Order: sequence, then structure tokens, then C-alpha cells
Amino acid sequence: MIPELGQFALILALLLSVVQCVLPLIGAHSGNRALMAVARPAVAGQTVFVVAAFAILTYAFTSQDFSVAYVAQNSNSLLPWFYRFSAVWGAHEGSLLLWILILAVWSVAVAAFSRHLPADFMARVLGVLGFISCGFLLFTLLTSNPFARILPVPADGIDLNPMLQDPGLIMHPPMLYMGYVGFSVAFAFAIAALLGGRLDVRWVRWSRPWTNIAWAFLTLGIALGSWWAYYTLGWGGWWFWDPVENASFMPWLVGTALIHSQAVTEKRGSFRAWTLLLAIFAFSLSLLGTFLVRSGVLTSVHAFATDPERGVFILVFLAIVVGGSLLIYALRAPRVAGGEPFAPVSRETALLVNNLMFACAAATVLLGTLYPIIGDAFSLGRISVGPPYFAFMFIMLMIPVVLLLPFGPFLKWRQGNPVAAMKSLLPALVTAVVATLLAWLLVGDLPVKALAGTAASLWVGLGILLFALSRWRKAAPGRRFTPEMLGMICAHLGVAVFVAGVMIVESTSIERDVRMVPNQGVEIGSLTFQFEGVHEARGPNFTAEQGTITVTEGGRTIATLHPQKRQYMRNAQVQTEAALKPGVFRDLYVALGEPVGDDGAWAVRIYVKPFVRWIWIGALLMMLGGFVAAADKRFGVVARLRDTSPSARDGSANSPALPDPESPLPNPGT
Amino acid sequence: MNTRLLPLAGFLLLLALLGFGIWWSSTHDLRAVPSPLIGKPAPSFDLPLLYEPTRSFGSADLAGEPYLLNVFGSWCVACRDEHPILMREGKRLGIRLVGFNYKDEPDDAKRWLAQFGDPYDVVIADYPGKVAIDFGVTGAPESFLVDGQGIIRYKYISPITPQVIATELLPRIAAMRQEVAR
Amino acid sequence: MTPTRKRRLIIISLVLAAVAVAAGLTVLALQQNMTYLYSPSEVEAGEAPTGARFRLGGVVLEHSIKRADDSLQVDFIVTDRFHQMPVKYTGILPDLFREGQSIVASGSVEDGRFVATEVLAKHDETYMPKEVADAIAKAKDTHAAEPGGSH
Repeated sequence: MIPELGQFALILALLLSVVQCVLPLIGAHSGNRALMAVARPAVAGQTVFVVAAFAILTYAFTSQDFSVAYVAQNSNSLLPWFYRFSAVWGAHEGSLLLWILILAVWSVAVAAFSRHLPADFMARVLGVLGFISCGFLLFTLLTSNPFARILPVPADGIDLNPMLQDPGLIMHPPMLYMGYVGFSVAFAFAIAALLGGRLDVRWVRWSRPWTNIAWAFLTLGIALGSWWAYYTLGWGGWWFWDPVENASFMPWLVGTALIHSQAVTEKRGSFRAWTLLLAIFAFSLSLLGTFLVRSGVLTSVHAFATDPERGVFILVFLAIVVGGSLLIYALRAPRVAGGEPFAPVSRETALLVNNLMFACAAATVLLGTLYPIIGDAFSLGRISVGPPYFAFMFIMLMIPVVLLLPFGPFLKWRQGNPVAAMKSLLPALVTAVVATLLAWLLVGDLPVKALAGTAASLWVGLGILLFALSRWRKAAPGRRFTPEMLGMICAHLGVAVFVAGVMIVESTSIERDVRMVPNQGVEIGSLTFQFEGVHEARGPNFTAEQGTITVTEGGRTIATLHPQKRQYMRNAQVQTEAALKPGVFRDLYVALGEPVGDDGAWAVRIYVKPFVRWIWIGALLMMLGGFVAAADKRFGVVARLRDTSPSARDGSANSPALPDPESPLPNPGT
Repeated sequence: MNTRLLPLAGFLLLLALLGFGIWWSSTHDLRAVPSPLIGKPAPSFDLPLLYEPTRSFGSADLAGEPYLLNVFGSWCVACRDEHPILMREGKRLGIRLVGFNYKDEPDDAKRWLAQFGDPYDVVIADYPGKVAIDFGVTGAPESFLVDGQGIIRYKYISPITPQVIATELLPRIAAMRQEVAR
Repeated sequence: MTPTRKRRLIIISLVLAAVAVAAGLTVLALQQNMTYLYSPSEVEAGEAPTGARFRLGGVVLEHSIKRADDSLQVDFIVTDRFHQMPVKYTGILPDLFREGQSIVASGSVEDGRFVATEVLAKHDETYMPKEVADAIAKAKDTHAAEPGGSH
């Protein structure tokens, strides 16, 4: 009975989403205030029912209701209680419900925190969000009902995919979806601006905090996914350029371009059409990602169970949403380039380069990801492009970004002085070069990649710190750093840390696959890995062969690692659990292969991964930067009130509505 | 030309590509494609029984009633995943379950069935793998659903799961019954 | 030039430069990193590139896995049930690597043997990757077309 209530709640939510979409849009079009006012209660009501449906599915998992097909397929009586919660989003149907829940949460947040915006604008924003919600609710109810029953009721469930029985995966999808879905807000703001013809810079200011928050969540979600892949897939890699990973990475690339172009548009009025387009693209790529992951068009290591019917549905939805919004864009986008003029060397140009590079990077990832389909379409055979393609393209496109990054904050809007900027950055350049040379001379045979990474990381990191220092010196106490600027500094320091991590781990990792008999040792550098043997171990829903490997350095034991080869009882899947000893400067990573020979020998995989943590620390700093920047006062209630007061409404569309608080000092970038 | 239409045009190209992708993956689906034999009569064969190698058993003995031919081998680890499900749910199908022991040493197969249980109504052995070629077997486990007229109605590659029984096999068996009743 | 014109010129030239560079790089990188998937039958027929890297898809032939005693070298045979291809690999095989399991191996042919640098068994609920099924189906079609094909 209760699962049927869940389905009923979803149907009610669908009806309310139709209301939330249709009535406010009509109201905004005809100027009917009563119809516009329907938007907020509709959002609230829809959210209540979506939360109810989600709670009911969670209850079905915790109470082990195997009469629900989805529960029977993704849970098991032996499944530990905490995984029963995360199992809710462990497969297609439930993760779709999570998508809808998060969209509802974002809609409520927008409705609650944007009371000061013009009624017709908000009606359009919530109407667009309602349309998206309606599409996904229909998708769930028509093709992927999580509450469908199974008869006869199985005695026990099949169990959650062992790869997903992991703490990292509890948080990965929710964070990722917070990012994906969060871009729907920037999208809705852009469409609302296009529909209402309100194409000045205010919609950008109103949407900027939402974009930053969404971007920060997406960064976190991708980082969690990468961290999870690192220690669960047992391969020790942190990024595989798998179609599913690319699906989340493309919106991130476009989102990164978007937060930078929004800064230009908001402050200088330039790039207006481009910013609109990026807002549409960022969300479109989120939808495309959903399509690629769930339609079965691409084969992937961790694709969802697929079904062409679902693919057709999402494709049609994609066509309506993206095609429709691009059509509106074609009809409504500003025909005259607005904004202040700028010189070839200026902060605008720097940010333009950033935008071009990130947009190109997204396009090349898209091309590589879709290449197998292109191969099918033109009968080229079954082609795929491997990670080397993506890695090569990405590095080539990011080199100019990293080299030019420190200039950004030092260049002024409109007309920058390259000589002065270079002078300010000279200490960073000198330090980076000298430190890299020293490292090369002292450490000896370091690969070029590691040296280049160190140099680039120091260049970016020190360059940004120099900017922070110059602000500290020049500005009066109390107005030295706006949150927006702090966020920018933090995120760019994250880039420096990330670059160091990636380049060093990619070039100096030691990876050994060895055959080891018990009590045999293997020396790697100054480390000795001693294999003590394998014995049986048991978990709640698996048995395992557990190895013991002692790592010593200079006669001192620094780690005892227990990698496992797990055999899950219910679905007989084998899963490799790597064991690792994390460290700021180095991870030790051990995984069991398989038994080889009769003498108790095992194939053992031993990795030493220097600086691998820096990849995720860098990503976390970027995320933090996104959140901090979103907290800036200029996006707060006061600023919005000023935007919507009559004098600002009449203000020229060409100039920013707010006086620049930091002039004549260099204005913060993002 | 209005340059603002360019993004839309690009998107339409992408859409065409994705639409093609869907069409391609649905017509080339793993479970839909493999056998050109679906809808055609099952190949006729005569094979020794696993437990009585001197007695031969063939399509003639199976005619008239539907059956599920399940290809397995003691060497096949995936079959070990499938086996408990056949043990538990095989009877639910309500039709004969024919074990097709594929490229297997008879002693290994017997030991395997003794250890894990024997869900089959009859087990035939194809050690040389000749009949398997006629059936287009690509590996094990694979299962063929054959109706009373000896027509192959459905083929499933990879271990049978409870979902497959519920969503693929049972509905087809029920449909076959209805046809016969009519 | 008016400031607007000047700015537009900057933007357009930057965009064109970026697109040209990106397009050039993409073509180069695609050419170098495209790998085709072949079945053992196609390799037998000489369709696969000699010397160059490609991916080999098929099923691990039963009873064909042989391990070395003192190293991680593994020899096995990949088959599409019509032709066979011996494969050599040194390293740790994936969890799902089994006899009768379908795999995709990347590498190149040396002395009539496929030397793999990577072996993938797909983590999927279906035990055969779609592309392998396609390759096998294709081999079956061509096999059916020529009467009296050998096994």
C-alpha cells in the first residue's frame, strides 16, 4: 500500500509541476499578477510531494520491502543499514528520483531567496523550472517507476552492486546532481531574461550566486567520483575519460566558462549574448550527460542498466528543452553588442581567452565521447578514442589557461598594462623557474612533466598570492577583500594545487604488478613491501581473501595494508578492495590480483603515488572558492533591492547598475 | 543569415547523431540481435544423455511441448552465478528445462551437478560442440526458449537473473500457452 | 576604427585562432588515438592493421589460459567461435576475466600473436560487451555467407 502512495505522490507532483509551468508563464505574458503568484505555492506543493515520494522509497529500502522491484534488485537482507539509504540512488530509477528531489530543493531555494526580484521575472524562472521538473517526473512515471511491484515477492533481494557499496558513493551522486541540476537555475534565469526581453545585466547579477554554488557542488561531486574510482576500481587511476565521467565533466567545463563570462557581463556589460548561450549550454550538457548515461548509446564501465525507450524519451525531452531554448535565443538574443569597449590587452580579453579555451575543451571532450556513434553513423567500424586523445587535447588547451591565469587579476578592465602586470608577477616567475631548476639539479632524473607541473603550479600559486598581497597593501583595511575576491583567490590556488598533483602523479607514479609468494619482499625505491600471505575474512554480506602486506622504510614499519578480494554472497560478484596508506606527499596503494600457482603466490599490484591527494585538495579549494564567492554582498538582498528600484530599472543597459565599489583599484575577477 | 541560428543548427546536427545512436543501439542490442534463428525451427539434433551416454536424445523427443534449453559447462564460471537461480526458480517456469552440457568432460559435469544441484529435467552432452554451432552458441551460459512447434522464440546470452525470468521468460511462456489454447 | 569595431575584430580573430588551433589539434589527436575493434576472424582475414595498435574483442576460449610459473605472464586464446587468436599479456587480469568470458584487449600483433598491454572485461550486467557481440554477430554473418566454413 505504502509504495502506491509514493507513486500517487509523484503523480500529484507532476500535476503541480504542470501548474507551476503553465500558469505563471501565461501570467507573465499577459501581466496577470494572480497567475504569476501561483508559482511559489506550486513549487512548495510540488516539493512536499516529491519529498514524500523520496521518503517512501527510502522507507521501502530500510524496511526491506522486497515486493518493490527496485528494492529487490538493489538491496538485500544482509546489506548494512547505511547502504540501504544510499542504495536508494544506487540505480537508474532511484537516482532519477534523487534528480527530481534536488531540482525541487533548488526551486524552493530560488523561490525563497528571490522574493525581491520582479514578479514577472520570477514567474518565468519558476515556470521554466516547472517545465524541467514536469519532464523528469513524466520520464520517471512513464519509463522508470521506482515503485513498481514484483510478483511473486522474492524472499530476498539481489543486493546492491558491490562497486557501489562504499562510503564515497553515498555522497557522490547527490553532490553531482546538486551541480547538474543547479545549472538549471542559471538556465531558467537566462530563459526568463530572453522571454521577458530583460536583457540588461541584472539577470546575470541575480543568477551569479546560483551559478557559483552549482559549480562548486559539481566540482565536489566530480572530485568525489574521482576519489571513489581511485580506491574502488582497483586500478589506482583517478580519471579514466570514461563516457560517464565525461558526461559530468562537460557541464563543468562550460560551467567554468560561464562563471567567468558572467563576471564580465555583470561588471562590464560585454559578452551578453555569449553568457546567455553558455547558460543554455551548461544545462544542456547536463541533460546530454543524463542522456548518454541512461540511453545505452555508449558503452561504459559504469553505465546504468539501459533501455532504448528511455533513450528516446530523454532525446525528445532534450530536443524540446535545448532546441526550444536555442530557438528563443535565436529570436530574442541582443542584436547589438552592448557593454563598455575594451583594448586588446585587458581583463576582458584575458577572460575571453579563458572562455574560448574552456568552450573548446568541452567541444573536444564532446567530440571524443560521441566518436563511437560517429563511427557507427558513417560505417567506419567500431572506433573509440582512448584516454590519450582526451589527455593530449585537454593539456594543449589548458596550457594557455594556466600560463595566462596569473595575469587576469593584475590586468585592469578596459585597458590593461601588460608591462606593469609582468613586473608585478616577476617574483612569481623567478621563483617558479629557480625552484624548478633547483629541483632538477638536486633531485636528478625528474621527468619533464613533473618539472613543468611544478613550475606551472608555482607560477599560478605565487602569482595569485602576489595579487592577494598587492590588494592587502593598497586597499584600506576593511575593504581589502570582498568575498568574491577571496573566492577567486581560493579557487585559483586550487588550480595551482591541482596542476601540481596531476603533473607529478602522472609522471612519477611507480606501478608494479608482481608475483609474490608469502614472505617475499619487493623493494621500490627506499620502500620494502613484504607479502605476509592471504587468509579468509568475512564481511556482513561478503567473504574475502585478505592479504597482509607490511611496508617498511629504513627498517621501520610504516604501514600494514590489508587489500581484499571480495566475493559477494548474493550476486556472486567479485570485487577488488585496494588498501592504501594515504599521505600528503605520497600514497601507498596495494591491490590483490589473483592467486597464481600452487605455492600460495598471488599477483599483487603495488603503486606508489606521489602527490595524488593534491588533485582532490585542489578540487576542494576550487569548490570552496565557488561557495565563498557566492556569499558576496553584491549578490545580496540590498543589491537586489537597488536593482529593482525604479531608478535602477530606468538605468542604461550599457552600464552596470551598481557603482564599482573597488574602483580605481583593479576589480576582482572571479 | 542570422548568426544566432548557428547554435540551433549545431544542436540539430547533434540531435540527429544522437537519434541515430539510439536507433543503432536498439537495432544492435545485445539481447535482440544475436540469433538469426529466432522465429525459425530449432536445429534438429541427436545427442547422448549425460547420465546415460549410450542413449541418444534429440529434437524428436522434445517435440510437442515447449522447453528451455540452457547451455552450461562446469568450466564456465558465469554458469555458477546462474545455477542457484535455476535451482530456485527453474520450476516456476512450468516448462521442461533441458541442460545442454557444452564442451565439457562428462565426469566434470556430473561432479559439478552433484555439487551444486541438478535443476534440469534432462541433460544432454555436446562434447565436440557441433550442435552448439548449429544453435549459434557464442558461449555459456546461454538459453533458448523453444515452443511446442520447435520454433526458437527467444534467446538470452549471459546468466539468467530473476529479472529475466520475470520480465522476459514468463510473459513469453504465458503467450505461448495462450496461442496453444486458441 | 570605432571601439566597437575594434573590439569585435579582437573577438573574432581570437575565436578564429582558437577554433583553428583546436580543430588542428583535434584532427591530429584523433588520427593518432583512434583504435578500431576487430574480431579474430577479421584479424585472420588481414583486415586489422599490421604493426599498429588495435583492440581485439572476443571470448576467452575455454581451457586456453596458461600462466607462467615465475612471472605474471598469461597466455590465452581469444575466439569469436570461428577463428582464434593467441594472446600474450603480462600483468594483473581484471576481476571478471574468466574462461568463456568476453573481453576486449588492446595491443598489437607480434609474430602472429596478439601482445596485449591492457585487458578489459566489462563491468556490466550483461557478460558480453555490446561491441564484442556485434563483432561476433558479424563474424557469424560472414561465416554463414560462405558455405562450409571451418570451425
